Amino acid sequence: MGGQYRLEMENITKHFGGVKALTDVSLRIEPGEIHALIGENGAGKSTLMKVLSGAYQRDSGQIFIDGKEVKITNPKESKDLGVAIIYQEFMLAPDLTVAENIFIDKLSAGKGVINWKKLRADARTQLEKLGFGDINPNAKCGSLSVAYQQVVEICKCLTRDAKILVFDEPTAVLTFSEIEKLFEVINKLREQGVSIIYISHRLEEIFKLSQHITVLKDGTYVDTVETAGFDKQRLVNLMVGREMTDMFPKRNAKIGETVLKVEDLYAGKMVQGVSFEVKAGEVLGFNGLVGAGRTETMRAVFGADKRESGKVYYFGKEVNWKSPRAAIREKFGLLPEDRKKQGLLLEQSIRMNTTLACLNKITKYGWINHSLEKKFVKEILASIQTKYGNTEDNANSLSGGNQQKIALAKWIAADCKCVVFDEPTRGVDVGAKTEIYKVINTLAENGMAVIMISSEMPEIIGMCDRAVIMRNGKVSGEVRKDELSENIMIQMAMGV
Amino acid sequence: MEKRRINIKDFLIDNNTYVIFLILFIACALLSSTFLEPVNLINICLQQSGPILVALGMLFVILTGGIDLSVGAVTALSSCCAYVLMRDYEQGLGVAFIVAILVGLAMGFLNGVLVAYGKMQGFVTTLATLSIGNGAALIVSQGAPVRNSNIAAVGAMASKDYGYPIVIGCVIIVVIMAIIQKYTSYGRIVIACGSNKTAVQLAGINVRRYVCSCYMVSGLLASIAGMFIASRTQTAASTLGKGGELDAIAACVIGGASLAGGKGNVIKTVIGALIIALISNIMNLKGVPAYPQEIVKGCIIIAAVLLQIATDRAESAV
Repeated sequence: MGGQYRLEMENITKHFGGVKALTDVSLRIEPGEIHALIGENGAGKSTLMKVLSGAYQRDSGQIFIDGKEVKITNPKESKDLGVAIIYQEFMLAPDLTVAENIFIDKLSAGKGVINWKKLRADARTQLEKLGFGDINPNAKCGSLSVAYQQVVEICKCLTRDAKILVFDEPTAVLTFSEIEKLFEVINKLREQGVSIIYISHRLEEIFKLSQHITVLKDGTYVDTVETAGFDKQRLVNLMVGREMTDMFPKRNAKIGETVLKVEDLYAGKMVQGVSFEVKAGEVLGFNGLVGAGRTETMRAVFGADKRESGKVYYFGKEVNWKSPRAAIREKFGLLPEDRKKQGLLLEQSIRMNTTLACLNKITKYGWINHSLEKKFVKEILASIQTKYGNTEDNANSLSGGNQQKIALAKWIAADCKCVVFDEPTRGVDVGAKTEIYKVINTLAENGMAVIMISSEMPEIIGMCDRAVIMRNGKVSGEVRKDELSENIMIQMAMGV
Repeated sequence: MEKRRINIKDFLIDNNTYVIFLILFIACALLSSTFLEPVNLINICLQQSGPILVALGMLFVILTGGIDLSVGAVTALSSCCAYVLMRDYEQGLGVAFIVAILVGLAMGFLNGVLVAYGKMQGFVTTLATLSIGNGAALIVSQGAPVRNSNIAAVGAMASKDYGYPIVIGCVIIVVIMAIIQKYTSYGRIVIACGSNKTAVQLAGINVRRYVCSCYMVSGLLASIAGMFIASRTQTAASTLGKGGELDAIAACVIGGASLAGGKGNVIKTVIGALIIALISNIMNLKGVPAYPQEIVKGCIIIAAVLLQIATDRAESAV
């Protein structure tokens, strides 16, 4: 290994249980360069960065900084080596001032007395270095615009003598003019010799900023290319191009009448005029980048979030569900994205989880019929091949795939005619994914209308009759099964 | 389905509240010869018929992940209202009892609305209503005990001649609460709310209504407890039930309830309250002075809860 690289990550492998998140991934960054890291959602970018930051421990592989092998076993070691990561969610204390935030980890280092004058002066110098002398070091961080908060975050990292700065989707929250300013800052840092790893889905930005691009796919390393002389289409081809396996079972569903029809739905910033429809027996995919407004659209339909305007028709009848309760009463269900936080009562029994949305079926005058309930739960769980020990075991005793089935069983128990699956296979290992696809197929074959939100393109292609692709709160395209390809979806999702 | 063998360790862990109670009970019997005498045991039952109810109300609030610090004040306020009605307005016990219950429900409703709909934290809300309740009790009672000896009915509530009605009342309410928890959809949803409010909301259940109702249950039971406690001396006072919230919380926690919500059991909470009662009782019998008693009680509660946590960990590690 020569000393020409600032950072070398060699053959990094990381497993989570049986799931391979990273396999033999390598990344080499030169001093004073902007290196873009790109790949689909779930390609392993964030995992790789978490290995670098010490948040995760690698299973194998080596990391070199300035040619010297380093061991990073916790976030502090990584920080001490000069690695800093600017996350999308800033790590700022909103009620402290800019100066206090910039020097937050030095506040406790002194003799217990803080020289406020010096602190403010140092903060101002640091801000001026980045060309933001107009930020008042005495202002509360919470009162600053998002872009300025980001600058404060960057300053904070620079006071720790960061040599390697990672930006994780930094422009997702910024306006156009703010982005221009951020780019100036990043270029300035590069001139000062800082190495920058830039993660973004926005191809234009990558071409504008970076010198090299490393592409990851499914947790593996694809290629590192020089940005100059490369073009978007070739980059997209690098990002996709994987063979389809037989992960996706066949489905024999008859597509029937329209079940749900949404017209021109507006709800907050993330849902800006969305229209689509789904038929009985059909599986409709919703693809797009994280933050494109897919989940928000469905939550607005479901009544979990307020909607501003637009029409929703359910079995031809116009509906305006003001709460999930209203939607469920009319047999519309939503399987939330985060099953642990939103879908399940982890500390409660499988039985209780299954019947939560249909207690009226097993109760009479408020009395629960326990034997009926047990029988009912067993039937439903058997119908979707759930593996469990006892209906009285807690939901968190199950594997991820079976937990997901319990969350789903709730909607089957409530006789839902249309269910939204939000990232149904996230955090589920490969074998269990196929299990969940089988369940979705069974439901569609029984006439359910299924909406599947997924960031995984192979899943959309393998499972869906049709896919709607969203971008920035709008539908950017709709594609039929025979025309579905990752290429088309990436282009629509990223607006190439 | 194959694990039908009874493992002693698992059994002890599952029933640790009962085990603690049993050990304590035997220890008490060995330490003092008077402990097992019927007079003493009946006395414990009479003493605890109020606090047990307060603890059960507290349990339902804790199940939702909240806390109700106002129960002591509600106990005082509702009993003062009832006794003033009987003494100054010559109302019968029935009317007074109903008014006490209404006062308790109203305080609970206030708590519930502020927590569930006003999105205030239970701790802060009930700290404020504790102060309000205390103040109101002082005003109603004019700062002096409200004595009611001439109404025989009040005394009869705690009397042997009628078979200790308050003990019977307490047992009936415990049974009702246990049934509600186990056999009704209400009990089911209360526990669900404490486990994961978002998931319950997304399952189409009006979480706020259930959370609010639990504070009302707590207010209701605290007011009944107030009538029970006052009947023993036929006197209500603004100091009645003071500090009762702490014993109630301790009873729930010793009974295995989690202050994070979603975990807790009616019968075990009753046992938790009885454990606290035994500790006080044995110290009285052994002539431990009142002031150190408080310290010993606190230490034993810590020990019981630590044991609870330790066995809980063992359970989750299995």
